[in-house]
Amino acid sequence: MSSIAMRTVEFKIYRYNPETDQKPSMEDFHLEIPKDKDIMLLDALIQLKTKDEGLSFRRSCREGVCGSDGMNINGRNGLACVTLLSSLKEPITLRPLPGFPVERDLIVDMAQFYRQYEKIKPYLQNDEPAPAKERLQSPKDRKKLDGLYECILCACCSSSCPSYWWNPDKFVGPAGLLQAYRFLADSRDTKTQERLAELDDPFSIFRCRGIMNCVDVCPKGLNPTRAIGKIRSMLLKEGT
Amino acid sequence: MVNNALSFTGNGLRDWIVQRITAVILALYTFFMVGYFLLTPEVNFTSWQTLFASRWVSIFTLLALGGLILHSWVGIWTILTDYVKPAALRFTIEIIVILALISYFVWGIEVIWSV
Repeated sequence: MSSIAMRTVEFKIYRYNPETDQKPSMEDFHLEIPKDKDIMLLDALIQLKTKDEGLSFRRSCREGVCGSDGMNINGRNGLACVTLLSSLKEPITLRPLPGFPVERDLIVDMAQFYRQYEKIKPYLQNDEPAPAKERLQSPKDRKKLDGLYECILCACCSSSCPSYWWNPDKFVGPAGLLQAYRFLADSRDTKTQERLAELDDPFSIFRCRGIMNCVDVCPKGLNPTRAIGKIRSMLLKEGT
Repeated sequence: MVNNALSFTGNGLRDWIVQRITAVILALYTFFMVGYFLLTPEVNFTSWQTLFASRWVSIFTLLALGGLILHSWVGIWTILTDYVKPAALRFTIEIIVILALISYFVWGIEVIWSV
């Protein structure tokens, strides 16, 4: 049997177990992988977990659809499952999403993030009588939702936004605002005025300073800053 | 809708508009002043007084001063609500800043109108 050439990949991973640890620490990990093989960061983490079963992180679909494995990779938020090891400088430093309370290691508490999402009423509201079959939409109107509906709520954007770090209870954040615009832009939704009125305070949307960290990190290539700008334009048209 | 009492207008859109309009006024005033210094061969007490003796310069200056006060308040309030989390401390700083800004404005009027 011929031996396979291996290489060592170095990791520094944030460890924190609130039940046993006084404070968080960074732990070194090494992983041997075949030299000619490139794997996703998530697969590397799963292999590391076989060595240290306590190492905790979330994952589900492992292909960039569920948004479970958002984390801070070498200082930049992203999804471990769609990040190739070869694209990362070593030692690969992994931390939980910034600004979110840590539950354990790379797992964060998403409750506040979901509360902001809930606030924008992320569902179609229409007070007109329902037609016999379905509410139709022209291809042109449907096209307006492109670049908005694809969000997987991984929280990479909101967690890289300083405005969200300072006021996570008041500023809706890029993820929530992208979805707010998704329903404002929907021709079938009739609650446009109410939705806009709900956002028209100095925090909910106007705390965005347009630094575009959200656009930079979105693993789906979406543009929350543009959506926020569109909501502001709508408010401006309505309110002046 | 998030409640707030001390933001300038209490409304996100209005604060945002105030910030942008005052920014334009301040930019125009800056161009005016830089232009004055570049185009005046010698700036001395007499030329400075002649400039401010003109009514429209006084009004423009007052407009810029008012703009600066409003612009500052919208900005400082935003920074304070970002970084100063204890409510009592934030409220105290906010009141001090508001009183200071109003004092500067009154003082400014006095200075400009005394020329």
